[in-house]
Amino acid sequence: MAKVKSKAKSNGVHKKVATHIKRNDGIPFDANLFEGININRSAVERRAATIGKRRSVKKQWQAAWLLKAITLIDLTTLAGDDTPSNVNRLCAKAKAPVRQDLLEAMGVQGLNITTGAVCVYHNHIANAKAALGDSKLPIAAVSTGFPAGNIPLKEKLKQIELSVAAGATEIDIVVSRELVLRSKWKELYNEVAACRKACGDAHMKTILATGEIPTYTKVAKASIVSMMAGSDFIKTSTGKEPVNATIPVSLVMIRTIREYEEHTGYKVGFKPAGGIRTAKDALSWLFLIKEELGDEWLDPQLFRFGASSLLGDIERQLEHYVTGRYSASYRHPMA
Amino acid sequence: MEYGPAPESDSVAIEFLEKHKRSFNLFINGKWKKPASGKYFDSLSPGNKKKLAKISEANAKDVDDAVAAAKKALPKWIEIGPHARAKYLYALARQVQKHARLFAVLEAMDNGKPIRETRDIDIPLVARHFYHHAGWAQLRDKEMPAYKEVGVVGQIIPWNFPLLMLSWKIAPAIAMGNTVILKPAEFTSLTALLFAEICQKIGLPDGVINVVTGHGTTGAALVNHKDVNKIAFTGSTEVGKIIRRATAGTGKKISLELGGKSPFIVFEDADLDSVVEGIVDAIWFNQGQVCCAGSRLLVQESVADKLYKKIRARMEKLRIGNSLDKCIDIGAVVAPVQLKVIEDLVQQGVDEGSTLWQPSWKCPTDGYYYPPTMFTDVSPSSTIAQVEIFGPVLVAMSFRTHKEAVKLANNTRYGLASSIWTENINLALDIAPQIKAGTVWVNCTNVFDAAAGFGGYRESGFGREGGKEGLYEYLKPRVDEQFSSSPIGAAVKKGKAVAKKSNTPTIDRTTKMYYGGKQARPDGGYSEVVKNPAGESIGEVSIGNRKDIRNAVEAAHKGNKWGSMTGHSRAQVLFYLAENLMIRRDEFAGRISQMTGRSKADALKEVDTSIDRIYTYAAHADKYDGHVHHTPMRAVTLAMPESIGVIAVACPDEYPLLGFISTVIPLITMGNNVVVIPSESAPFSATDFYQILDTSDVPAGTVNIITGNKEELTQVLTKHDDVDGIWYFGTKAGSKDVEFLSADNLKRTWVNYGKYRNWMNDEEGEGADFLRHATQIKNIWVPYGA
Repeated sequence: MAKVKSKAKSNGVHKKVATHIKRNDGIPFDANLFEGININRSAVERRAATIGKRRSVKKQWQAAWLLKAITLIDLTTLAGDDTPSNVNRLCAKAKAPVRQDLLEAMGVQGLNITTGAVCVYHNHIANAKAALGDSKLPIAAVSTGFPAGNIPLKEKLKQIELSVAAGATEIDIVVSRELVLRSKWKELYNEVAACRKACGDAHMKTILATGEIPTYTKVAKASIVSMMAGSDFIKTSTGKEPVNATIPVSLVMIRTIREYEEHTGYKVGFKPAGGIRTAKDALSWLFLIKEELGDEWLDPQLFRFGASSLLGDIERQLEHYVTGRYSASYRHPMA
Repeated sequence: MEYGPAPESDSVAIEFLEKHKRSFNLFINGKWKKPASGKYFDSLSPGNKKKLAKISEANAKDVDDAVAAAKKALPKWIEIGPHARAKYLYALARQVQKHARLFAVLEAMDNGKPIRETRDIDIPLVARHFYHHAGWAQLRDKEMPAYKEVGVVGQIIPWNFPLLMLSWKIAPAIAMGNTVILKPAEFTSLTALLFAEICQKIGLPDGVINVVTGHGTTGAALVNHKDVNKIAFTGSTEVGKIIRRATAGTGKKISLELGGKSPFIVFEDADLDSVVEGIVDAIWFNQGQVCCAGSRLLVQESVADKLYKKIRARMEKLRIGNSLDKCIDIGAVVAPVQLKVIEDLVQQGVDEGSTLWQPSWKCPTDGYYYPPTMFTDVSPSSTIAQVEIFGPVLVAMSFRTHKEAVKLANNTRYGLASSIWTENINLALDIAPQIKAGTVWVNCTNVFDAAAGFGGYRESGFGREGGKEGLYEYLKPRVDEQFSSSPIGAAVKKGKAVAKKSNTPTIDRTTKMYYGGKQARPDGGYSEVVKNPAGESIGEVSIGNRKDIRNAVEAAHKGNKWGSMTGHSRAQVLFYLAENLMIRRDEFAGRISQMTGRSKADALKEVDTSIDRIYTYAAHADKYDGHVHHTPMRAVTLAMPESIGVIAVACPDEYPLLGFISTVIPLITMGNNVVVIPSESAPFSATDFYQILDTSDVPAGTVNIITGNKEELTQVLTKHDDVDGIWYFGTKAGSKDVEFLSADNLKRTWVNYGKYRNWMNDEEGEGADFLRHATQIKNIWVPYGA
């Protein structure tokens, strides 16, 4: 079991702030960067289908990868019926995501494993802040008329400012789908750039809502425009669209991240969100990131899962690793 | 973030080997039989060089036993009928699925390829092949009532996809009612032997499938066995040619699926990141040991450097290792001999000045590993750009224009497959038909399916595997059995010259050669007298020689208008031909009588049948179309019958006009250009036809006619490397010569083995079989998705 510790350490699970990554300040609007983009859906899907088949991690390696996955989760609750009590539970879980006896069995109890952040609506920022106390866990707030984004820009900016003022250090914005669907790229750039300005020091994750974008080519174009406008992360979905994070759409987006870095030198983060429920899924995403972007991106500063139930499955897999017995969800403290 | 080892368990596979005490006998007549020689050889796992088992070396005696068993099993296998055969095929498919992991593990161990590939690609395709052909077994007599089984079939398969190639061979063969002797490759016999066990288990009748293991000599014994009616071979072009020569004139049907140097064409508007993954699938799949590997990268100059950079980055991330590790991309090369071939060719590439690039990581040293390799600064004249390396080695070249891309792509003796990458469907569908290859993958590569035909153009062999087009390799027309052993409709000896004597002299007519739409004097300057059966001189005919043939072939290649016309336009010209022949019906009949001594009434019948036949093919011109195959992916898979190119025709001696029409017209109907040697004893129907061709808007170079000694001219044409195929209707010996000599450039041949058709009979003298021999099927895969 002690084997996990060295693997987990080399995976950097204990690092709260990894090596400093230069923030993406964006670049002036340049249509040349995206106009020639052509994405072939079938070929993307073929590659995506083999990601989880070409790679596999077992035993202590798998345990270490799953611990790593935990540190990359934005543990999320975004429901109409959120109240202080469930938000508090969420925060408690984020601080202590794995049962202590399991951590001890794996010898990783000293590594202070937490989730990457918690993600809540604006109204619960203060709440979360109190619940997280001095754990230094970041609070991400969804903003800008989440999830549909159909409110005036002025209102969007106001929301961002309020959330930052309330203590959110990460802001997940939604783009106006209308601008994407109507190919109003300059307008999209302006909107995202304005949001970024409003964020100030808070990191901005730009949600494209890919489930509502008809082609991968448009997803790629929207990704590039969002990065040009200064997004720290690009994010697939709100979790509220009919189709949320998928491996193929993620592949399209992270290839644009690679392209953008080659062009500008800025490293932009990626956050798949919605529908990621199993440890196996999470590993597939990690394989995808490692293969397409490299180990550097497997860091909370550059990669997050937007998920609520994923953690539960990872805990059960970790218990299986420790005990050799298949676990039940009620054996793990709920969020 | 290290991956660590992710081993697939080998325990069940080891159990299988141990159950056989790691020693395998031959599977003959449903029983395991010790090899007559008593000899065994070792089968190794290339990933760690460990011995897996001892395999029997079958000799001629064993092959004889296996053929006898297959022959004995044949009548009953035919008798049980389509539905019973379908049930057996279905059972085989189910068994492969039920034991899929054992097959996958055993295959990976024996061959060295990654378990991911055997598990996710090879074995699922095997099951699919048996399911699909269970269906064809059921439908045989309903869909193809004019055909029957060929008989006893010998099948020789390679080591790169051992069980998959077994399925490609066995499934269509037994579905069509044949019995089989299969020889696996000596490096990879194990899954075939496991398959034999499954045949026993499902109660497949004894002798329907026999497995004889061994080396080349075992294969040779099978090829040369007199009771084998067909040989199906997948392997090297070199051995394919040997098989062509060895079976020449025997009447054995053969299908050859041989080597390749397949182009992978990237246009500047392609999705380059997807292209990179395509290249991984093209050349780093199965260690590049793939006959249709996209080994020649042709990339538009504007994006070449960008693409090369992306490829290098991707290569760095490939993982190589033991075949049972679930976390690798590349396994071991099959054997030291193959590793040496790769190493030598790579060295030659370096020596010739091309730039080599390999990833920074090192290969494991406990097996036969070779790293992924890319060459840039390669030109078509580089050895590595021409020779099939059969390893993980990509050679890259750039092109300037679309035209140049096509030229570079076709600048090879091979023609197995090709891949085209562009987001522009106009461009893709423009280029696809221009590539000389049996398979064209648009924005994908190395995708296979039982419903799509696979096979080569040029020296990549002939015949198709998969799809309806593949079934004909295991069928023969029922009508073939009613052919006569002597010519039908031969000249009548006692007949008298029909031409009336006249007091005034007629104008002396000399028939010349006809090529490039013009009449031309023979190069040699010789003519000879043609006599009627009564021995009277009826005129002079030019004697063609090899230079006339050369000129005619050149003219045929130059005349590229006919092939680019639509079926509708070709039909119009053919109808016009018939119309113009009709006007001169009487004259052509007179000529036939004059040459053959047959009655005028009989000759008129020949002319009328010829006109009827032209109509038949004119009718087919815009109707003999292809299929859209049901491949199980989101794609349109088009099976297009394409013209073969320039075809030589040695016409039957009998029926001077009808024999000419019956052979030439189907070929040109399908868009081929032809070089024709008309009836030697009665050439004037063909030479009179020049004028019909001239007045019927047949473009220059479509039909080229050289008169003279049939066997001599046939030889010249058969040895001509720019002739793509030959139809020969003549003697048994002549048929053998054609098949033997065609081996050098692997022409498509169709010969009569000295069996004679009744050309006056529609059943024998025309039909779909003619059109099939006049075309080759190209499968174009077009995946789609917005």
